Amino acid sequence: MDGMAAGADARIEAQDGGAVLAVSGRLDTATAALLWPRAPDPAVTAFDIAGVESVDSAGAVLLLAIAPEAELRGGSEPVRAVIERTRKALAAAPPPGPPPPYHPISSIGRATVNRLRDARAGIDFLGEAIITTLRVLARPRLLRWSDVLRHLDEVGTRAFPLTLLLGFLIGVILAYQSSIPLRRFGAEVFVPNLVGISLLRELGPLLAGVVLAGRTGSAFAAELGTMTVNEEVDALKIMGIDATAMLVLPRLVAATISMPVLALLMNLAGLAGMTLIMSTLGYPWAAVESQLQQWLTLKDLVGGLFKAACFGLVIAGIGCRAGLSAGRGPRAVGDAATAAVVGGIVAIVAMDGVFAVLFFRLGI
Amino acid sequence: MAEEPVIRAEGLSVRFGARTVFKDVTFDVRRGEIFVILGGSGCGKSTLLKTLIGLVPLAAGRAWLLGEEIAAAGDEARRALLRRIGVMWQSGALFGSMTLTENVELPIEEHTGLPRPARSMLARAKLGLVGLGDAAGRLPAEISGGMAKRAGIARAMALDPPLLFLDEPSAGLDPITSAGLDKLIVEIARETGTTFVVVTHELQSILAIGDRCIMLDKEAQGMIAEGDPKRLREDSTHPTVRAFFRREAA
Repeated sequence: MDGMAAGADARIEAQDGGAVLAVSGRLDTATAALLWPRAPDPAVTAFDIAGVESVDSAGAVLLLAIAPEAELRGGSEPVRAVIERTRKALAAAPPPGPPPPYHPISSIGRATVNRLRDARAGIDFLGEAIITTLRVLARPRLLRWSDVLRHLDEVGTRAFPLTLLLGFLIGVILAYQSSIPLRRFGAEVFVPNLVGISLLRELGPLLAGVVLAGRTGSAFAAELGTMTVNEEVDALKIMGIDATAMLVLPRLVAATISMPVLALLMNLAGLAGMTLIMSTLGYPWAAVESQLQQWLTLKDLVGGLFKAACFGLVIAGIGCRAGLSAGRGPRAVGDAATAAVVGGIVAIVAMDGVFAVLFFRLGI
Repeated sequence: MAEEPVIRAEGLSVRFGARTVFKDVTFDVRRGEIFVILGGSGCGKSTLLKTLIGLVPLAAGRAWLLGEEIAAAGDEARRALLRRIGVMWQSGALFGSMTLTENVELPIEEHTGLPRPARSMLARAKLGLVGLGDAAGRLPAEISGGMAKRAGIARAMALDPPLLFLDEPSAGLDPITSAGLDKLIVEIARETGTTFVVVTHELQSILAIGDRCIMLDKEAQGMIAEGDPKRLREDSTHPTVRAFFRREAA
């Protein structure tokens, strides 16, 4: 009796110098683990299962792990059936081969090709959007105005409370933070100039853009991504309906119109917050007003709002494109939404840099 | 005294708001049988299944699974009970970020102490059993609907539960795959004594595998027939039951 081991209810015993394994008791998930240390054992050619009372698939799998081809001796009909069925199932499911070796150069190449393909698809999308826009300009009834209004509501009016809150808080924060260094020079009175210029020229449009990317870009990507996954976009195309005109253009128009409004609200709320802080620091409303009037020009405001409109167009475009290029599978929609937000924010910051240079050169 | 039934349902009623889905559904499921819940679309078949496993609350009635009343069970008892049942969901409900092998391995990993290679071997055996041996390394997004159903069955069977619920196992499958699945269900039931509760409206499947069935009806808001499906096909006098089994337009 060599090499005997006992589990809770199962026993295993080697006979004939290891060629035959006698197994007895209940071979189930709980007890089968004791078979595992023996696997695999090429010396085993047969299992004596006469003493096996019951076996489940875990027991059968671990038994066969020792010797997949071994013959069965004895045993009741149901026990043999379970083991034989498991043997067939295992034969039908070959173990996975080793993972393909990692080639750094080919993976760099693949990544590059994928990026280029993405870029090309982006250009395709851009071209399609432009051509559709031209077509719609020629025949305005192609655009679904009811959709535009619906999106204006979702993108614009519903974002008002959040925009006002954020703008107000930013105004408060900027006023406080800038008053600290300016006070050292006795220049607290210039806080409105600083906050006003930074809000109107930069922070208003940029923060409104971040709100839009988070609220709307992701929603566009998720909506269109779900439609793509459900083959709704294909259905539209097959009905002869221009998917770009129906799905993309209303969103682009709505975002482009909404963004200057949101940026304006952000500016106003920020100035209100700043004014409140100035009054707590002892500067009356009239002082703030005169500073703003003296130092802010219409150019600052209009330049900022123009940037905002461009941001809106780009964020909506990136959101729609992310949605329409969504892949298959459960993570596709989430990936599209992430791509829309990240892409949107990166794009507006990059554009803002371009605008900064442009406005400087143009003297705006 | 007869053996305790695997499932005992007494006067089950489910309401969604003001709408009654079904009321006063009473039946027993015996050990080792293949019990079919059938009926037309929208009659509450899947809801009844979800009621039995405790996902949909009962408006009235009581249900026992394997001697345990799931609605009244404490956390421990509930977990122990859930470990002893398996469910194949209508669309597979496979976890999208895991390969098929990992999907099947998940319950094995959670509930047994088997080492990793043993777990994946067991998962491979389950996938081989449902004919997905070659697709073991694929993601759910990369397989067809029929394969997803079979993978769902493999996952439901991962721990050899004594009670398996299958929600529409053959809907949307081609006849060959569907017949293969029916054969598999019958084999497993006969060999291992597993009890099956199958929700379906596929007539051929019902006749091929069902030991007993109940039929739900939307208009009646409850059960309209109970018994051996082959008998019901021949003997039932209820017009809806007759129409269902003879594929007549009602």
